[in-house]
Amino acid sequence: MLSIERLQMHFPLRSLIPWRAPRVVHAVDGVSLRIAPGETLGLVGESGCGKSTLARCVLRLIEPTEGRILLEDVDLTALGGEELRRRRRDVQMVFQDPTASLNPRLSVAATVEEPLALHTELTVRARRARADEVLEEVGLGAGLRDRYPHQLSGGQRQRVNIARAIATHPRLVVLDEPTSALDVSLRARVILLLGELKRRLGMTYLFISHDLSTVRYLCDRVAVMYLGVVVEEAPAARLFGHPAHPYTRALLSCIPVPDPDVTPERLTFAGEVPSPIDIPAGCRLRGRCPLAQPVCAEPVPVREIAPGHTVACHLV
Amino acid sequence: MTDLLALRDLSVHFDTDDGVVQAVDGAALRIGPGEVVGLVGESGSGKSVTALAILRLLRPPARVVGGRIEFAGRDLLGLSEEEMRSVRGSQISMVFQSPRTSLNPVLPVGRQIERLLALHGAAAPGQARERAVAMLREVGIAEPERRAGQYAHQLSGGMCQRVMIAMALATNPRLLIADEPTTGLDVSIAAQILELLRDLGRRTGAAILLITHDLGVVARLCDRVVVMHAGQTVEWARVRGLFHAPAHPYTRALLRSIPRVDGAGAMEPIPGGVPSLLAPPPGCRFAPRCSLVQAECAAPVSVRTIGEDHAVACVAVEGAEWSGRGR
Amino acid sequence: MSLAALGVIVAVTLGAAAAPLIMPYDPDAPDADHALEAPGPRHWLGTDLYGRDQLTRIVHAGRVDLLVALAATAMALSVGAVLGAVSGYRGGWIDQLLMRVIDTIQAFPSFILAMGIAAALGNSVTNIVIAIAITHVPIYARLIRGEMLRIREMEYAEAARTVGNRQRRIIFYHLLPNCFPPVIVQATLAMGFAILTVAALSYIGLGIRPPTSEWGAMTAEGAGYIVSGEWWIFLFPGVAIMATVLSFNLVGDALRDVLDPRMKGV
Repeated sequence: MLSIERLQMHFPLRSLIPWRAPRVVHAVDGVSLRIAPGETLGLVGESGCGKSTLARCVLRLIEPTEGRILLEDVDLTALGGEELRRRRRDVQMVFQDPTASLNPRLSVAATVEEPLALHTELTVRARRARADEVLEEVGLGAGLRDRYPHQLSGGQRQRVNIARAIATHPRLVVLDEPTSALDVSLRARVILLLGELKRRLGMTYLFISHDLSTVRYLCDRVAVMYLGVVVEEAPAARLFGHPAHPYTRALLSCIPVPDPDVTPERLTFAGEVPSPIDIPAGCRLRGRCPLAQPVCAEPVPVREIAPGHTVACHLV
Repeated sequence: MTDLLALRDLSVHFDTDDGVVQAVDGAALRIGPGEVVGLVGESGSGKSVTALAILRLLRPPARVVGGRIEFAGRDLLGLSEEEMRSVRGSQISMVFQSPRTSLNPVLPVGRQIERLLALHGAAAPGQARERAVAMLREVGIAEPERRAGQYAHQLSGGMCQRVMIAMALATNPRLLIADEPTTGLDVSIAAQILELLRDLGRRTGAAILLITHDLGVVARLCDRVVVMHAGQTVEWARVRGLFHAPAHPYTRALLRSIPRVDGAGAMEPIPGGVPSLLAPPPGCRFAPRCSLVQAECAAPVSVRTIGEDHAVACVAVEGAEWSGRGR
Repeated sequence: MSLAALGVIVAVTLGAAAAPLIMPYDPDAPDADHALEAPGPRHWLGTDLYGRDQLTRIVHAGRVDLLVALAATAMALSVGAVLGAVSGYRGGWIDQLLMRVIDTIQAFPSFILAMGIAAALGNSVTNIVIAIAITHVPIYARLIRGEMLRIREMEYAEAARTVGNRQRRIIFYHLLPNCFPPVIVQATLAMGFAILTVAALSYIGLGIRPPTSEWGAMTAEGAGYIVSGEWWIFLFPGVAIMATVLSFNLVGDALRDVLDPRMKGV
């Protein structure tokens, strides 16, 4: 369904000295991913790893510096202008902040019907009907169609976001931290809703999150990113059960489990995530990884250690 | 063992255009010296308001309408502002959420610590700078001399939080209140901060009141836990007791509703919605959503002790089995 | 206080709209028999040199002043909004270019600029409106540009793109309406200022031409009579200007107080 090939997103920083070559932020540095139809791929990583940038590249909200994005064999990166605009009906996004992603002056109905108006030939009545249908599907009910965002709760707003995203039956929905801004008790509901929609409508999701617990529940496969590259990719059960890359293992061990008797193996990475401007050669985790060896200064091989499970590490 | 801090029947109201918001209703909790106590609840449960009330940091339209806050033998609500100022920052300190916005953006962080030390007379004028650098080192900031001269915007979120902790512990307080100290931080940094808090707590003997919505954090760090719902404190327990034998229906529902990274647990959402605090239900505020609700729940709820150091504000508790998460 | 101000504005507007119907006298017809009469039962606010009833003239003048102020504000708002919106959303060289144009306009003291334009174009009502509008455009352009800079970073602006909107629609349908709350307050205050400008222009002779009644022109006429004692000729038009402008200011302030907390929410 979706194939990302060697995607790169480099942001040049304006340098004060005109003749010096500008420094570059390597937000995304050669990422290749595939998502099969009906699959949910989770993309996890901490801040600065490039996952949100990647999401925006897939949506072509920003222009990737290099690489291709193929949606069912259509090269999204090669499209321009009107064609790109038309393609947008097939790729939609659910944003993180449920309040900021809704136009405060548009009613729920207006927000959800807009994509239909832009991309389909439906009559006004047909659009209304379809919008009501979608509102029912996300559990809001057509009765809320004339409300405005400030009259809705956080959970309801996020459902409107989801409704807007699925209104045109897109092939792929990208979800950028859809539950992070929600309260704990609301999170469960939205996650269950997303799961249900996935089963009922066969949606394909690219699910971006830093919250590994949510990812575990919802995703079929998971890719872990760090400083612009994917360090491990595996089916969800395998990643959580047998993580291979040291970074993945460290991440999992950092997450506090609500059970005082569970003390996970603590693999700690010293220090903090470095800036994506001056990236060391070889493995990007070299300076922080407790298992680092001299060989880690060499370019990192990507190996498949089990079916569907790839790791970018010298030591695995 | 005498308590270091004891809240009794604390109630806080907010006067708004839409009416009186009864943010905290009869909250009660105890912290012993050197203990780490977690105050858990969702947003809107009143936990932050409670913390601010302890430090008397609430301003109109908020007002404390009842209760006592006993700290080291004195009722903090009865102190004058002058007396309270000698308590704040030196005997009770607080670490806030969003560390970067809590720091003064125009002063280097080292100077902020020095000022704090000078204010509370915790260091002689000539030694303030040394003490400040030492504190930065103690909270795990590398190159503390260089960092002391930097401004808040030059430091990462994790480092800002360490500075906040340094400032909070600079005066050797007896109680440290940490309000969601790791929200917004990356998972690995959050883990480091939590460990730092725990180690420093042990080393200095300070008690910690940790306010959070994350039950995982509580499990990892706390000795005892207090659960809050819609402004009411509903369960008090040792950490093991809370997770293995949760008593209050809300606590059980909460434990069942969180997705877990180890895959255990059902992830069932809590039925219903948070009650409005403008017109809250009488008695127990969880009653409208509770599967065990009875007629008595509409009256002010009495607190029952159900085990060693385990109390719950619920009349329906006896006889309900907990079959929650498997192990 | 602000309700009283609102009442004044409503009264002035209604009076001005209904002027030909309710005013007993013809504002332009001379009546030599009753020239320079003090306020009395027949002419409540007195008459001027030509015997024209002052009350009638003041109410009719309200039409001119209000209309000019309204037209100028509307024009300035429309032009300024478009400039500000495009400038704020696109950024880059368009932004730089438009802002330099705005800077140029703002470099002149606004009244001097209005004078200059009115003198250059000639003092018909249309030209006065244009002159005032031009001096007001920068206010709205900058205000809207500022709001646009803030709003275009919001996620619903991104969402509007992902959903498939064309850029023009994003700017004008989605974002611009959200820029308006501070503009409404500004417009109310600017109306008052526009009235002052047209009155001042007429006072110095560059504004509305006689015999059309206009508050500023009437005040100018009356200025000559201060010494000779016919105080009613300059006083009442002056009071009319003051009351109307003050009312607009008060309403504008009250609007700001009402909208501000909600503005922060948006």
